[in-house]
Amino acid sequence: MVNRNVRREFLGYSLTFSCALIAILLTLAIILFLGWKGLAVFTQHKISLTNIFSVHWWPDRPAGAGGPQVGVLTFIFGSVITSTLAVLVSAPLGVTVAVFMAEISPRLGQRFLQPVIELLAGIPSVVYGYIGLSVLVPFIRNNIGGTGFSLLAGVMVLAVMILPTIASMATDAIRALPGTLKEAALALGATRWQAIRTVILPSARAGILMGVVLGLARAFGEALAVQMVIGNRREIPHSILDPLITLTSGITMDMGNTVQGSLWNDTLWFMALILLVLSFFFIFLIRLLGRKGAVH
Amino acid sequence: MLPKKGWFGVIFLILAVSLALTAGCGQKSGTGGGPQGEGKLTGTIVVAGSTAMQPVIEEAAKRFMESNPGVQITVQGGGSGTGLSQVSQGACDIGMSDIFAEEKAGIDAGQLKDHKVLVQAFALVTHPEVGVDNLTKQQIQDIFTGKITNWKEVGGRNQKIFLVNRAKGSGTRATFHQYVMDGKEEAKGDVEQESSGTVYQIVSQTPGAVSYLAIAYLNGKVKPVKINGAAPTEEDISTGKYPFWAFGHLYTKGEPSKVVKAFIDFVLSDEVQNGLIREMKYFPVKGMKVERKP
Amino acid sequence: MKAQVKDKLATAGFYLGAGLVVLILFSLLGYIIVHGYRAIDLQFLLSEPETLRAGGGIGPNIFNSFYLLFLSMALTAPLGVLAGIYLAEYARQNQFTNLIRLSIETLTSLPSIVVGLFGLLIFVTMFGFGYSLVAGALALTVINLPMMVRVTEENLRTVPRDLREASLSLGATKWQTICRVVLPTALPGLITGIIITAGRVFGEAAALLFTAGMTTPHLNFSQLDITQPTCPWNPFRPGETLAVHIWKINSEALIPDVRRVADGSAAVLVLVVLGFNLFARWVARRFTCRLTGG
Repeated sequence: MVNRNVRREFLGYSLTFSCALIAILLTLAIILFLGWKGLAVFTQHKISLTNIFSVHWWPDRPAGAGGPQVGVLTFIFGSVITSTLAVLVSAPLGVTVAVFMAEISPRLGQRFLQPVIELLAGIPSVVYGYIGLSVLVPFIRNNIGGTGFSLLAGVMVLAVMILPTIASMATDAIRALPGTLKEAALALGATRWQAIRTVILPSARAGILMGVVLGLARAFGEALAVQMVIGNRREIPHSILDPLITLTSGITMDMGNTVQGSLWNDTLWFMALILLVLSFFFIFLIRLLGRKGAVH
Repeated sequence: MLPKKGWFGVIFLILAVSLALTAGCGQKSGTGGGPQGEGKLTGTIVVAGSTAMQPVIEEAAKRFMESNPGVQITVQGGGSGTGLSQVSQGACDIGMSDIFAEEKAGIDAGQLKDHKVLVQAFALVTHPEVGVDNLTKQQIQDIFTGKITNWKEVGGRNQKIFLVNRAKGSGTRATFHQYVMDGKEEAKGDVEQESSGTVYQIVSQTPGAVSYLAIAYLNGKVKPVKINGAAPTEEDISTGKYPFWAFGHLYTKGEPSKVVKAFIDFVLSDEVQNGLIREMKYFPVKGMKVERKP
Repeated sequence: MKAQVKDKLATAGFYLGAGLVVLILFSLLGYIIVHGYRAIDLQFLLSEPETLRAGGGIGPNIFNSFYLLFLSMALTAPLGVLAGIYLAEYARQNQFTNLIRLSIETLTSLPSIVVGLFGLLIFVTMFGFGYSLVAGALALTVINLPMMVRVTEENLRTVPRDLREASLSLGATKWQTICRVVLPTALPGLITGIIITAGRVFGEAAALLFTAGMTTPHLNFSQLDITQPTCPWNPFRPGETLAVHIWKINSEALIPDVRRVADGSAAVLVLVVLGFNLFARWVARRFTCRLTGG
């Protein structure tokens, strides 16, 4: 009897432990694999750093004209600018919604807004892209200018897509604050707005920022919806109405047309590796923020 | 807890998982012909590659399976590059490609066998309201290299040209680059799109747009433009007047197995060549008087 | 008084912001539903898709979506829940635990297109699964595992300490406590989490393009032999899900009624996700009532 319990105990422990281990192995596998595929650009094709970190993209340039150029900076810039602007649009709105749900009208928030946010999160990205292409692009072309396929279209689609992430994380952060904070502020004669501005938002800052970083990470990784609306011109955009290209969009467009093991294809894997490195950077940021929050 | 014993459990589990995974690897495609002599075909065929050829091969596969219930054919898109890589690696039985394997960087064409099964004609298309019916090759080259930026310079309306490029690396773009641009590098253009469907949508709704599409997409919403007075008809192509076309290739690694060969023969049969292939706005491969070599 | 005015203004601002979000959602949903409503009828929901003629449906795609969901959840749920239990109940503050958390976070922030490519080279090519539901399910598992772990861990942490203490002091082992006390208490939250996670699987396309594939063989629902390629339940057959189908028809757009099919598919997709959310809420409510005896 006792023996059986000990055995079960051990079995339970090793079962859960091994599942946790699988998560690690899976991640390691992906990192190793992407590293191996992505670094082939240097190990096999002997591409110089000045070539790959440039804005010149001409992967099939004949050897006579100077050989292939695989500058990925244009793609990196595109990803950074689209995601950053999307977050700048989405974060204020997300925090507004969060404050509304947590402080202004919890009843409405719980019954009405929460499901709305969850639903927004559930709309598949393909559908966003489809609506972006058939509604948003013509709208921008006819009312704002340019060709419609633009940084602006990408930013708007992404902003709506990451809104749920930011809003729900910020709501959690505000709800997690001890109620005494707000009461103390109100007891001192502050209005509700003053309490929100001077006490609640600063105290929940770390959690809100975490949501923002997560939203940013999601924006970076979004492929299909963005690809449909940004025009995919492989150049640095000069205005918000210009088309541009991002890392994910470049990968989606060219992966099928290139041959495994060729320089062009390996450059795409290198871009995927860059995405992974960026994810690590975001994780680092989140952890930093989390630690800051803990100090509070 | 029980660190020492814990590791045994872990190792056991990893082994179990890897076993379970390899157990699924018994599934290999292309099992070849079934019992000889009965004339009954069995097996599975995996086809992957060119998105431009996918619909017609998919439809042909459907019909082939109806008359051969023992055969299962899967048709995957993914692009010509994917098709050629996968067939070279043995990951699929047939690779569909819009260009010769010799023209694709990174492919050892020596080990692949080419079966040309159809002719795809492409047309230069514009938004319906630009007012141009015919362009010389030179004019097209000037438009796509960015020298000409307004339709009035080639006899159309006063309307800025909106250049829609196909994705660099796609088979359609390679064909355009070689036979229409004569190898001149295209300008970056206004937008670049991978899929025919999206290009079609953009050209049909953007004033001043120009691009090129397979002729299956020609209907009232986009306007085809003649090249040097020739149109993408079977006659103009086979006499060599119209340059913008490509073979559709099915590549196998070495000689095809019995069941794969049966399917390729079916695609080459008159029934499919003059029926389905024409129906889907391709041309049969047999009528081509013009030779094209990689 | 100035502060009071500001307070009123701010409150109005917050109402405005919340209203804007609701407006965005309703216009999105409204657009999808209104356009899709005309397309959806029983025939559309049940018939097979067409590659070039009008009148295709999405029957097999709906089946594929649900079946793939089931397959991937069968992998994700046990793995994620067990790993979550380890993190919440057993893990100590050490390097190993840190490594697990780091891994989970890495998986969370992986772009799904990268997971799809990983799946293409590892599951499809290296393991030889080919384009199949299994490969798709594995790719989806990679995407959903971190969320499942997080949901489990968060839910287990909400279980009060005293419950565990009481169980342990009554002589139960740790594992018994987890199975008999902690899990049942956290169950409503867990189930809600699983359903919401499942809803996310439904809309995933980028990771499936190159794993589960873009075609569906002709499914024969009377075929129950799971090794047969026409058997709908065969996990080694390729299967195009609804989300992938939207992507594909938009990029090929060869069928004349592409708008109708795309609108209808989008509406079905959104309605299913809506259903998942409502179902999760209903489950959570019911369980809470049962457990609290209310």
